Amino acid sequence: MSDWLSPAEAEAVWLSLKVAFWATLASLPFGIWVAWVLARKEFWGKSLLNGLVHMPLILPPVVTGYLLLMLFGTQGAIGRWLAEIGIVFAFSWTGAVLAAAIMAFPMLVRAIRLSIEAIDRRLEDAARTLGASPRQRFFIITLPLALPGVVTGSILAFAKALGEFGATITFVSNIPGETRTVPSAIYSFMQVPGGEDSALRLVLFAIAISMLALILSEWLAKRVAQVVEGR
Amino acid sequence: MLDVDIRIALPEFSLHACFNAPNGITAICGPSGSGKTTLINALAGTVRPDQGHIRMDGAVFFCADSEICVPTEKRRIGYIFQDARLFPHMTVAQNLMVGRRFQHLPNDPALFHEIVQMLGIGSLLSRRPSRLSGGEKQRVAIGRALLAEPQLILADEPLSSLDAARKDEILPYFETLRDQKALPIVYVSHQPDELKRLANTTLTLDQGVLGQESN
Repeated sequence: MSDWLSPAEAEAVWLSLKVAFWATLASLPFGIWVAWVLARKEFWGKSLLNGLVHMPLILPPVVTGYLLLMLFGTQGAIGRWLAEIGIVFAFSWTGAVLAAAIMAFPMLVRAIRLSIEAIDRRLEDAARTLGASPRQRFFIITLPLALPGVVTGSILAFAKALGEFGATITFVSNIPGETRTVPSAIYSFMQVPGGEDSALRLVLFAIAISMLALILSEWLAKRVAQVVEGR
Repeated sequence: MLDVDIRIALPEFSLHACFNAPNGITAICGPSGSGKTTLINALAGTVRPDQGHIRMDGAVFFCADSEICVPTEKRRIGYIFQDARLFPHMTVAQNLMVGRRFQHLPNDPALFHEIVQMLGIGSLLSRRPSRLSGGEKQRVAIGRALLAEPQLILADEPLSSLDAARKDEILPYFETLRDQKALPIVYVSHQPDELKRLANTTLTLDQGVLGQESN
Protein backbone atom coordinates (compact mmCIF):
# COMPACT_ATOMS: atom_id res chain seq x y z
CA MET A 1 0.00 0.00 0.00
CA SER A 2 2.97 2.29 0.71
CA ASP A 3 3.73 2.28 -3.04
CA TRP A 4 0.76 4.47 -3.80
CA LEU A 5 -0.10 5.91 -0.40
CA SER A 6 2.25 8.16 1.57
CA PRO A 7 3.02 7.09 5.17
CA ALA A 8 0.60 9.71 6.51
CA GLU A 9 -2.17 8.45 4.21
CA ALA A 10 -1.49 4.81 5.01
CA GLU A 11 -1.56 5.65 8.71
CA ALA A 12 -5.02 7.20 8.34
CA VAL A 13 -6.28 4.19 6.37
CA TRP A 14 -5.03 1.67 8.94
CA LEU A 15 -6.35 3.72 11.83
CA SER A 16 -9.75 3.95 10.13
CA LEU A 17 -9.86 0.20 9.60
CA LYS A 18 -8.87 -0.42 13.23
CA VAL A 19 -11.45 2.03 14.59
CA ALA A 20 -14.24 0.67 12.37
CA PHE A 21 -13.39 -2.94 13.23
CA TRP A 22 -13.53 -2.36 16.99
CA ALA A 23 -16.57 -0.09 16.75
CA THR A 24 -18.50 -2.85 14.94
CA LEU A 25 -17.30 -5.71 17.12
CA ALA A 26 -17.88 -3.88 20.40
CA SER A 27 -21.39 -2.73 19.54
CA LEU A 28 -22.53 -6.06 18.05
CA PRO A 29 -23.70 -7.85 21.25
CA PHE A 30 -25.56 -4.78 22.49
CA GLY A 31 -26.92 -4.14 19.00
CA ILE A 32 -28.30 -7.69 18.76
CA TRP A 33 -29.91 -7.33 22.16
CA VAL A 34 -31.52 -3.95 21.34
CA ALA A 35 -32.73 -5.27 17.97
CA TRP A 36 -34.28 -8.30 19.67
CA VAL A 37 -35.97 -6.17 22.32
CA LEU A 38 -37.40 -3.85 19.64
CA ALA A 39 -38.53 -6.75 17.47
CA ARG A 40 -40.00 -9.05 20.10
CA LYS A 41 -40.95 -7.11 23.21
CA GLU A 42 -43.74 -4.68 24.00
CA PHE A 43 -43.01 -2.36 26.90
CA TRP A 44 -43.54 1.15 28.11
CA GLY A 45 -40.97 3.47 26.56
CA LYS A 46 -40.35 1.34 23.49
CA SER A 47 -40.75 4.26 21.08
CA LEU A 48 -38.39 6.25 23.30
CA LEU A 49 -35.72 3.53 23.01
CA ASN A 50 -36.34 3.34 19.27
CA GLY A 51 -35.96 7.11 19.00
CA LEU A 52 -32.79 7.08 21.07
CA VAL A 53 -31.22 4.40 18.88
CA HIS A 54 -32.03 6.28 15.69
CA MET A 55 -31.12 9.71 17.03
CA PRO A 56 -27.50 9.71 15.70
CA LEU A 57 -28.96 9.23 12.22
CA ILE A 58 -30.88 12.49 12.41
CA LEU A 59 -28.93 14.72 14.79
CA PRO A 60 -26.13 16.85 13.32
CA PRO A 61 -23.01 14.70 13.99
CA VAL A 62 -21.40 17.67 15.70
CA VAL A 63 -24.19 17.53 18.30
CA THR A 64 -23.50 13.85 18.96
CA GLY A 65 -19.81 14.66 19.31
CA TYR A 66 -20.59 17.52 21.67
CA LEU A 67 -22.77 15.27 23.82
CA LEU A 68 -20.06 12.62 23.87
CA LEU A 69 -17.56 15.23 25.03
CA MET A 70 -19.95 16.33 27.78
CA LEU A 71 -20.47 12.76 28.93
CA PHE A 72 -17.17 11.02 28.24
CA GLY A 73 -14.63 13.86 28.26
CA THR A 74 -12.10 13.83 31.12
CA GLN A 75 -14.33 16.35 32.92
CA GLY A 76 -17.53 14.70 31.68
CA ALA A 77 -20.19 13.11 33.86
CA ILE A 78 -19.19 9.54 33.00
CA GLY A 79 -15.67 10.24 31.71
CA ARG A 80 -14.48 11.63 35.06
CA TRP A 81 -15.60 8.48 36.78
CA LEU A 82 -14.14 6.19 34.09
CA ALA A 83 -10.81 8.07 34.21
CA GLU A 84 -10.42 7.01 37.83
CA ILE A 85 -10.42 3.36 36.81
CA GLY A 86 -8.06 4.07 33.94
CA ILE A 87 -10.45 4.21 30.97
CA VAL A 88 -9.98 7.36 28.92
CA PHE A 89 -11.87 8.13 25.73
CA ALA A 90 -10.96 11.78 25.22
CA PHE A 91 -8.44 12.47 22.43
CA SER A 92 -7.68 8.78 22.11
CA TRP A 93 -8.40 6.27 19.36
CA THR A 94 -10.78 4.46 21.74
CA GLY A 95 -12.86 7.64 21.76
CA ALA A 96 -12.97 7.46 17.97
CA VAL A 97 -14.23 3.88 18.38
CA LEU A 98 -16.98 5.07 20.73
CA ALA A 99 -18.06 7.88 18.39
CA ALA A 100 -18.06 5.58 15.35
CA ALA A 101 -19.97 2.87 17.23
CA ILE A 102 -22.73 5.28 18.24
CA MET A 103 -23.00 6.77 14.75
CA ALA A 104 -23.15 3.31 13.13
CA PHE A 105 -25.51 1.84 15.73
CA PRO A 106 -28.80 2.71 13.93
CA MET A 107 -27.74 0.80 10.81
CA LEU A 108 -26.64 -2.20 12.84
CA VAL A 109 -29.85 -2.37 14.86
CA ARG A 110 -32.12 -1.76 11.89
CA ALA A 111 -30.73 -4.62 9.79
CA ILE A 112 -30.82 -7.10 12.67
CA ARG A 113 -34.27 -6.00 13.80
CA LEU A 114 -35.76 -6.52 10.33
CA SER A 115 -34.16 -9.93 10.21
CA ILE A 116 -35.60 -10.96 13.59
CA GLU A 117 -39.04 -9.61 12.67
CA ALA A 118 -39.01 -11.79 9.56
CA ILE A 119 -38.60 -14.98 11.63
CA ASP A 120 -41.80 -16.96 12.07
CA ARG A 121 -42.59 -16.66 15.78
CA ARG A 122 -44.36 -19.99 15.63
CA LEU A 123 -40.93 -21.61 15.32
CA GLU A 124 -40.07 -20.14 18.72
CA ASP A 125 -43.40 -21.47 20.07
CA ALA A 126 -42.56 -24.90 18.67
CA ALA A 127 -39.19 -24.78 20.44
CA ARG A 128 -41.02 -23.98 23.65
CA THR A 129 -43.18 -27.09 23.41
CA LEU A 130 -39.96 -29.09 22.98
CA GLY A 131 -38.69 -27.78 26.30
CA ALA A 132 -36.60 -24.77 25.27
CA SER A 133 -35.98 -22.09 27.90
CA PRO A 134 -36.11 -18.44 26.78
CA ARG A 135 -32.30 -18.38 26.55
CA GLN A 136 -32.24 -21.58 24.44
CA ARG A 137 -34.96 -20.21 22.16
CA PHE A 138 -32.83 -17.15 21.55
CA PHE A 139 -29.46 -18.80 21.04
CA ILE A 140 -30.55 -21.99 19.25
CA ILE A 141 -33.49 -20.72 17.16
CA THR A 142 -33.75 -16.92 16.86
CA LEU A 143 -30.10 -15.87 16.59
CA PRO A 144 -29.04 -18.43 13.94
CA LEU A 145 -32.11 -17.56 11.86
CA ALA A 146 -31.29 -13.85 12.16
CA LEU A 147 -27.72 -14.38 10.98
CA PRO A 148 -28.27 -12.80 7.52
CA GLY A 149 -29.32 -9.57 9.25
CA VAL A 150 -26.39 -9.74 11.66
CA VAL A 151 -23.97 -10.06 8.73
CA THR A 152 -25.54 -7.25 6.67
CA GLY A 153 -25.83 -4.99 9.69
CA SER A 154 -22.21 -5.56 10.67
CA ILE A 155 -20.87 -4.76 7.22
CA LEU A 156 -22.99 -1.63 6.87
CA ALA A 157 -22.03 -0.52 10.37
CA PHE A 158 -18.36 -1.12 9.53
CA ALA A 159 -18.65 1.01 6.39
CA LYS A 160 -20.52 3.73 8.27
CA ALA A 161 -17.91 3.70 11.06
CA LEU A 162 -15.16 4.02 8.46
CA GLY A 163 -16.72 7.22 7.16
CA GLU A 164 -17.59 8.86 10.46
CA PHE A 165 -16.28 12.42 10.64
CA GLY A 166 -18.37 15.01 12.49
CA ALA A 167 -18.83 13.32 15.86
CA THR A 168 -15.28 11.97 15.83
CA ILE A 169 -13.53 15.28 15.16
CA THR A 170 -15.73 17.05 17.73
CA PHE A 171 -15.17 14.44 20.41
CA VAL A 172 -11.55 13.33 19.95
CA SER A 173 -10.14 15.98 17.61
CA ASN A 174 -7.81 15.23 14.70
CA ILE A 175 -4.53 13.88 16.05
CA PRO A 176 -2.26 12.15 13.49
CA GLY A 177 -1.79 8.50 14.34
CA GLU A 178 -4.29 8.62 17.19
CA THR A 179 -7.63 9.96 15.95
CA ARG A 180 -6.92 11.11 12.38
CA THR A 181 -9.07 8.66 10.44
CA VAL A 182 -9.55 8.84 6.67
CA PRO A 183 -12.29 11.52 6.71
CA SER A 184 -10.29 13.70 9.14
CA ALA A 185 -7.17 13.18 7.04
CA ILE A 186 -9.01 14.24 3.86
CA TYR A 187 -10.21 17.34 5.67
CA SER A 188 -6.66 18.11 6.89
CA PHE A 189 -5.05 17.56 3.48
CA MET A 190 -7.55 19.95 1.95
CA GLN A 191 -6.43 22.64 4.38
CA VAL A 192 -2.74 22.54 3.41
CA PRO A 193 -1.22 23.72 0.11
CA GLY A 194 -0.22 20.75 -2.06
CA GLY A 195 -2.41 18.30 -0.17
CA GLU A 196 -4.91 17.87 -3.02
CA ASP A 197 -3.32 14.67 -4.35
CA SER A 198 -3.35 13.02 -0.94
CA ALA A 199 -6.95 14.09 -0.41
CA LEU A 200 -7.95 12.67 -3.80
CA ARG A 201 -6.28 9.31 -3.11
CA LEU A 202 -8.09 8.99 0.20
CA VAL A 203 -11.37 10.04 -1.41
CA LEU A 204 -10.95 7.25 -3.97
CA PHE A 205 -10.20 4.83 -1.14
CA ALA A 206 -13.36 5.93 0.70
CA ILE A 207 -15.51 5.49 -2.41
CA ALA A 208 -14.04 2.08 -3.18
CA ILE A 209 -14.48 0.71 0.33
CA SER A 210 -18.08 2.00 0.61
CA MET A 211 -19.04 0.45 -2.70
CA LEU A 212 -17.32 -2.81 -1.77
CA ALA A 213 -19.14 -2.92 1.57
CA LEU A 214 -22.54 -2.42 -0.08
CA ILE A 215 -21.93 -5.12 -2.69
CA LEU A 216 -20.42 -7.50 -0.14
CA SER A 217 -23.25 -7.11 2.36
CA GLU A 218 -25.84 -7.71 -0.34
CA TRP A 219 -24.07 -10.82 -1.60
CA LEU A 220 -23.24 -12.21 1.84
CA ALA A 221 -26.77 -11.71 3.12
CA LYS A 222 -28.11 -13.78 0.23
CA ARG A 223 -25.46 -16.43 0.67
CA VAL A 224 -25.96 -16.70 4.44
CA ALA A 225 -29.75 -16.84 4.01
CA GLN A 226 -29.29 -19.76 1.60
CA VAL A 227 -27.04 -21.59 4.04
CA VAL A 228 -29.35 -20.93 6.99
CA GLU A 229 -32.45 -22.13 5.16
CA GLY A 230 -30.67 -24.99 3.44
CA ARG A 231 -31.65 -24.03 -0.10
CA MET B 1 -53.91 -40.40 32.26
CA LEU B 2 -54.66 -36.77 31.54
CA ASP B 3 -57.28 -35.30 33.83
CA VAL B 4 -58.85 -32.04 32.68
CA ASP B 5 -61.55 -29.86 34.18
CA ILE B 6 -61.23 -26.26 33.06
CA ARG B 7 -63.28 -23.19 32.26
CA ILE B 8 -62.07 -20.45 29.93
CA ALA B 9 -64.02 -17.26 29.21
CA LEU B 10 -63.93 -16.43 25.49
CA PRO B 11 -65.40 -13.33 23.84
CA GLU B 12 -68.34 -15.22 22.31
CA PHE B 13 -68.95 -17.95 24.87
CA SER B 14 -67.45 -19.74 27.81
CA LEU B 15 -65.48 -22.94 27.25
CA HIS B 16 -66.00 -25.74 29.71
CA ALA B 17 -64.01 -28.92 29.22
CA CYS B 18 -64.14 -31.83 31.64
CA PHE B 19 -62.65 -35.11 30.46
CA ASN B 20 -60.04 -37.80 31.04
CA ALA B 21 -57.63 -38.91 28.35
CA PRO B 22 -56.12 -42.33 29.00
CA ASN B 23 -53.34 -43.82 26.85
CA GLY B 24 -54.45 -43.91 23.23
CA ILE B 25 -56.09 -41.29 21.04
CA THR B 26 -58.70 -38.99 22.51
CA ALA B 27 -60.09 -37.00 19.62
CA ILE B 28 -61.61 -33.58 19.98
CA CYS B 29 -63.79 -32.54 17.08
CA GLY B 30 -66.14 -29.69 16.43
CA PRO B 31 -66.77 -26.90 13.92
CA SER B 32 -64.22 -24.14 13.51
CA GLY B 33 -64.61 -21.49 16.17
CA SER B 34 -65.86 -24.02 18.71
CA GLY B 35 -62.81 -23.56 20.91
CA LYS B 36 -60.74 -26.60 19.89
CA THR B 37 -57.50 -24.72 19.49
CA THR B 38 -58.06 -22.78 22.72
CA LEU B 39 -58.57 -26.06 24.54
CA ILE B 40 -55.41 -27.69 23.16
CA ASN B 41 -53.42 -24.53 23.85
CA ALA B 42 -54.62 -24.61 27.45
CA LEU B 43 -53.24 -28.16 27.67
CA ALA B 44 -49.98 -26.93 26.13
CA GLY B 45 -49.78 -24.02 28.52
CA THR B 46 -49.97 -21.13 26.09
CA VAL B 47 -53.52 -20.27 27.19
CA ARG B 48 -54.23 -19.91 30.91
CA PRO B 49 -57.67 -21.17 31.99
CA ASP B 50 -59.77 -19.14 34.40
CA GLN B 51 -60.86 -22.00 36.61
CA GLY B 52 -60.26 -25.68 37.26
CA HIS B 53 -57.27 -27.97 36.93
CA ILE B 54 -55.15 -29.95 34.47
CA ARG B 55 -53.28 -32.95 35.85
CA MET B 56 -51.07 -35.44 34.10
CA ASP B 57 -50.40 -38.72 35.96
CA GLY B 58 -50.58 -36.90 39.27
CA ALA B 59 -48.36 -34.00 38.18
CA VAL B 60 -50.21 -30.71 38.24
CA PHE B 61 -49.98 -28.66 35.02
CA PHE B 62 -52.54 -26.13 36.11
CA CYS B 63 -54.55 -25.53 39.23
CA ALA B 64 -56.55 -22.33 39.62
CA ASP B 65 -57.07 -22.81 43.37
CA SER B 66 -53.37 -23.05 44.22
CA GLU B 67 -52.37 -20.68 41.37
CA ILE B 68 -50.12 -23.21 39.69
CA CYS B 69 -49.52 -22.85 35.97
CA VAL B 70 -46.50 -24.82 34.78
CA PRO B 71 -44.89 -23.09 31.75
CA THR B 72 -45.09 -24.86 28.39
CA GLU B 73 -41.39 -25.73 28.30
CA LYS B 74 -41.64 -27.64 31.60
CA ARG B 75 -44.74 -29.73 30.74
CA ARG B 76 -42.90 -32.34 28.65
CA ILE B 77 -45.48 -32.35 25.89
CA GLY B 78 -45.01 -33.32 22.27
CA TYR B 79 -46.98 -30.89 20.13
CA ILE B 80 -47.59 -31.83 16.51
CA PHE B 81 -48.71 -28.77 14.59
CA GLN B 82 -50.79 -28.43 11.45
CA ASP B 83 -47.72 -27.07 9.68
CA ALA B 84 -44.73 -29.16 10.70
CA ARG B 85 -42.73 -26.16 11.97
CA LEU B 86 -39.37 -27.82 11.51
CA PHE B 87 -36.39 -25.56 12.17
CA PRO B 88 -35.13 -24.53 8.72
CA HIS B 89 -31.51 -24.01 9.79
CA MET B 90 -31.14 -27.57 11.05
CA THR B 91 -30.93 -30.90 9.28
CA VAL B 92 -33.58 -33.54 9.86
CA ALA B 93 -31.27 -35.30 12.34
CA GLN B 94 -30.68 -32.06 14.24
CA ASN B 95 -34.41 -31.35 14.28
CA LEU B 96 -35.02 -34.80 15.72
CA MET B 97 -32.45 -34.31 18.48
CA VAL B 98 -33.23 -30.71 19.38
CA GLY B 99 -35.83 -31.50 22.07
CA ARG B 100 -33.33 -33.69 23.93
CA ARG B 101 -30.77 -30.92 23.58
CA PHE B 102 -33.18 -28.36 25.06
CA GLN B 103 -33.96 -30.65 28.00
CA HIS B 104 -30.39 -31.89 28.49
CA LEU B 105 -31.47 -35.50 27.99
CA PRO B 106 -28.62 -37.90 27.17
CA ASN B 107 -28.43 -39.44 23.71
CA ASP B 108 -30.44 -42.61 23.30
CA PRO B 109 -29.31 -44.30 20.07
CA ALA B 110 -31.76 -47.19 20.53
CA LEU B 111 -34.76 -44.87 20.83
CA PHE B 112 -33.47 -42.74 17.95
CA HIS B 113 -33.15 -45.82 15.76
CA GLU B 114 -36.58 -47.12 16.79
CA ILE B 115 -38.37 -43.86 15.98
CA VAL B 116 -36.48 -43.30 12.72
CA GLN B 117 -37.44 -46.86 11.68
CA MET B 118 -41.05 -46.47 12.75
CA LEU B 119 -41.47 -43.28 10.72
CA GLY B 120 -39.34 -44.41 7.77
CA ILE B 121 -37.20 -41.28 7.77
CA GLY B 122 -33.77 -42.94 7.80
CA SER B 123 -32.91 -41.70 4.32
CA LEU B 124 -33.80 -38.10 5.13
CA LEU B 125 -31.52 -37.51 8.13
CA SER B 126 -28.97 -35.27 6.45
CA ARG B 127 -31.52 -33.20 4.52
CA ARG B 128 -32.81 -29.75 5.36
CA PRO B 129 -36.57 -29.23 5.82
CA SER B 130 -36.72 -27.13 2.63
CA ARG B 131 -35.89 -30.32 0.70
CA LEU B 132 -38.72 -32.42 2.16
CA SER B 133 -42.23 -33.04 0.90
CA GLY B 134 -45.22 -32.10 3.07
CA GLY B 135 -45.71 -35.68 4.23
CA GLU B 136 -42.02 -36.14 5.01
CA LYS B 137 -42.01 -32.93 7.03
CA GLN B 138 -44.92 -34.11 9.12
CA ARG B 139 -43.27 -37.49 9.76
CA VAL B 140 -40.12 -35.72 10.94
CA ALA B 141 -42.25 -33.45 13.14
CA ILE B 142 -43.83 -36.52 14.76
CA GLY B 143 -40.36 -37.97 15.33
CA ARG B 144 -39.10 -34.70 16.78
CA ALA B 145 -41.97 -34.65 19.28
CA LEU B 146 -41.46 -38.31 20.27
CA LEU B 147 -37.69 -38.08 20.74
CA ALA B 148 -38.17 -35.39 23.39
CA GLU B 149 -39.78 -38.21 25.43
CA PRO B 150 -43.07 -36.44 26.10
CA GLN B 151 -45.58 -37.67 28.66
CA LEU B 152 -48.45 -36.33 26.54
CA ILE B 153 -48.90 -35.81 22.80
CA LEU B 154 -50.98 -32.95 21.44
CA ALA B 155 -51.87 -32.92 17.75
CA ASP B 156 -53.71 -29.95 16.26
CA GLU B 157 -55.22 -31.00 12.92
CA PRO B 158 -51.92 -32.59 11.89
CA LEU B 159 -53.25 -33.80 8.53
CA SER B 160 -55.35 -30.85 7.43
CA SER B 161 -52.63 -29.18 5.38
CA LEU B 162 -51.95 -32.37 3.39
CA ASP B 163 -53.68 -33.69 0.28
CA ALA B 164 -55.52 -37.02 0.30
CA ALA B 165 -52.52 -39.10 -0.79
CA ARG B 166 -50.28 -37.54 1.86
CA LYS B 167 -52.97 -38.09 4.50
CA ASP B 168 -53.00 -41.79 3.70
CA GLU B 169 -49.22 -41.69 4.04
CA ILE B 170 -49.34 -40.23 7.57
CA LEU B 171 -52.44 -41.90 9.05
CA PRO B 172 -50.75 -45.28 9.63
CA TYR B 173 -48.04 -43.58 11.69
CA PHE B 174 -50.64 -42.23 14.08
CA GLU B 175 -52.12 -45.72 14.32
CA THR B 176 -48.68 -47.09 15.17
CA LEU B 177 -48.20 -44.32 17.69
CA ARG B 178 -51.55 -45.13 19.28
CA ASP B 179 -50.90 -48.88 19.43
CA GLN B 180 -47.20 -48.97 20.34
CA LYS B 181 -46.61 -45.99 22.62
CA ALA B 182 -48.28 -45.92 26.02
CA LEU B 183 -49.09 -42.25 25.81
CA PRO B 184 -52.23 -40.16 25.98
CA ILE B 185 -52.70 -38.43 22.64
CA VAL B 186 -55.13 -35.53 22.34
CA TYR B 187 -55.96 -35.22 18.67
CA VAL B 188 -57.92 -32.26 17.31
CA SER B 189 -59.62 -32.67 13.95
CA HIS B 190 -62.90 -32.11 12.18
CA GLN B 191 -62.52 -34.92 9.65
CA PRO B 192 -64.98 -37.77 10.53
CA ASP B 193 -63.11 -40.38 8.46
CA GLU B 194 -59.83 -39.55 10.18
CA LEU B 195 -61.41 -39.79 13.62
CA LYS B 196 -63.24 -43.01 12.88
CA ARG B 197 -59.97 -44.65 11.96
CA LEU B 198 -57.83 -43.24 14.77
CA ALA B 199 -59.83 -42.31 17.84
CA ASN B 200 -60.38 -44.51 20.88
CA THR B 201 -62.70 -41.84 22.24
CA THR B 202 -64.23 -38.87 20.46
CA LEU B 203 -65.30 -35.74 22.27
CA THR B 204 -67.37 -33.15 20.42
CA LEU B 205 -66.94 -29.50 21.22
CA ASP B 206 -69.84 -27.23 20.34
CA GLN B 207 -70.07 -23.62 21.47
CA GLY B 208 -67.69 -24.41 24.31
CA VAL B 209 -69.58 -27.43 25.60
CA LEU B 210 -67.86 -30.81 25.47
CA GLY B 211 -69.95 -33.92 24.87
CA GLN B 212 -68.66 -37.49 24.88
CA GLU B 213 -69.28 -40.39 22.57
CA SER B 214 -67.27 -43.60 22.60
CA ASN B 215 -66.39 -45.60 19.55
